[in-house]
Amino acid sequence: MSNTAPPHLTEPGWLRALITLVSIGFVGLFLVLPLILVFSEALRKGWELYLAAIIDPDALAAIRLTLVVAAVSLPFNALFGLAAAWSITRFQFRGKQVLITLVDLPFSVSPVVAGLVFILVFGSHGWFGDWLQEHDLRIVYAVPGIVLATLFVTLPFIARELIPLMQAQGSEEEHAALTLGASGWYIFRKVTLPNIKWGILYGAILANARAMGEFGAVSVVSGHIRGETNTMTLHVEILYNEYQFAASFAVASLLALLALVTLAAKHFVEARGALHARRAGNPQFSTQTVTGQVESRASEHRSRGAALGLQNLAILAKEHA
Amino acid sequence: MSCSQSAALPPLENPPDRRAGSRRSGPNILPGFGPTLGYTLLYLSLLVLIPLASLPLKSAELGWGGFWEVVTDPRVIASYRLTFGASLIAAAVNAVFGSLLAWTLVRYEFPGKRLVDALVDLPFALPTAVAGIALATLYARNGWLGSLFDRYWNLQVSFTPLGIVIALIFIGFPFVVRTLQPVLEDLDRDLEEAAASLGASRLCTLRRVIVPTLVPALLTGFTLAFARAIGEYGSVIFIAGNMPMVSEITPLLIVAKLEQYDYAGAAAIATVLLSMSFALLLVINILQLWRARRGVGA
Repeated sequence: MSNTAPPHLTEPGWLRALITLVSIGFVGLFLVLPLILVFSEALRKGWELYLAAIIDPDALAAIRLTLVVAAVSLPFNALFGLAAAWSITRFQFRGKQVLITLVDLPFSVSPVVAGLVFILVFGSHGWFGDWLQEHDLRIVYAVPGIVLATLFVTLPFIARELIPLMQAQGSEEEHAALTLGASGWYIFRKVTLPNIKWGILYGAILANARAMGEFGAVSVVSGHIRGETNTMTLHVEILYNEYQFAASFAVASLLALLALVTLAAKHFVEARGALHARRAGNPQFSTQTVTGQVESRASEHRSRGAALGLQNLAILAKEHA
Repeated sequence: MSCSQSAALPPLENPPDRRAGSRRSGPNILPGFGPTLGYTLLYLSLLVLIPLASLPLKSAELGWGGFWEVVTDPRVIASYRLTFGASLIAAAVNAVFGSLLAWTLVRYEFPGKRLVDALVDLPFALPTAVAGIALATLYARNGWLGSLFDRYWNLQVSFTPLGIVIALIFIGFPFVVRTLQPVLEDLDRDLEEAAASLGASRLCTLRRVIVPTLVPALLTGFTLAFARAIGEYGSVIFIAGNMPMVSEITPLLIVAKLEQYDYAGAAAIATVLLSMSFALLLVINILQLWRARRGVGA
């Protein structure tokens, strides 16, 4: 362990070592160990059983459904994110702050509640229950309900990446293009889109991970019909509750792999996106955040923090004098 | 000089709104305002606002007395206490260890630092159900860690409130680290240099110069982790054991009501849970406002 700071600006060596060990030990114990356990349990009964659990028809159906749900919800999220970011960052209107809070709202709602509301609206006793039954349509306990619940929980991701990004970039370039006679659609494609493509990708990666991994909301609306309305996470739950632990962890290991791929992809986009954002002079496209909630707040701490430090420094100076 | 003297600080002058400078859009002359705002509002209303409105409307079917009876049932009260208590403890643990890790990642060099940094986001990326079964197995009586707890401390973790706390620590961990990290990175080393040159010990600098700058971010990270833990379901139910009055979290009670086709009861409890989330959202926003009002441009 090395430290480049001069001794009066850092902690004693033993303390540095202790803090490092404790914090990394915490990560190992709470984050890494569960991850290792997933793979270890999945392979405990050998590769043959592992493969058998994955090519089981119910498992394959669950994998297919998960992929379909994620693929269907992605364009909706992207379109909403673009529309919300364009209207919020390119125009002045009353109630803008309220709208930004509303975009964030699904992050604050318990997944179980997110599922429940669709049962209350579309279930057999819900608002549209009778009408749906007359027309022989099923939404809850069927795939459309799963898609709706997924759309609910993933709604903020892309919008929350794009709003701070486009806010920081400002709209001079678009105004210049407009002055030169470009059409709205042309401006969006040639001016805006190249500036925000990494932001869209970043949001899409996070939204995709959530869409494929969502459990609570989907569990409430799915009805758990094997081979039909079971997503991967629900399949994991059913196998686990049936004490088929190895099979359950086998399917879970695929989701864990997805998580690792997500982290790697996120890391890659951050490296590219941060470079891009820095060039655009954007302080808010932080390389260190993952949710929009964290991201939107990060920049505000900086000025605030420095101010407090300065105050106390002034007091120290006074005492010294 | 004394470092213990507590400082009553005069309120700072209101800074000019820094964001005003970046608000360059001027008059609304770019095209697409109507369609994009219309679509945003329509999509939000159809997918989020109208469905959420079904909660109070459905629970209204119970009448005020019926609603009160459902949400103050002893079993439900026990679940609030458990959910709140476990979430508070987990958020506090995360505040401590999250701060240590954020400090380590920003200030110290060690091999594998970038890997550790990337792994912090694992709880955001790993599906909650996978985390749930992994933690339940890890802390089960015969699990890797559960057997250690059992042998050395005669302590059972799985199927107890302690297990719930562990699951909530897992899912809330990134919040504190990720809110603190950018603040620590932007911390001006000159301030520490100045404090040291004025004769402050390292501990004094830490307490009087560094920690105060981190408090707002720490509070926000704590509240975010807490808010997330309140509504958490997937990672908790496997390790909780779900015994009524002992280890049953509030979201689970909603599912239980649904399974008994008690839609109004489920909606009533969900309304309470949603109100808690709104209250926390309000707290987070007030924290922001308070900071913004007292903040000074860097």
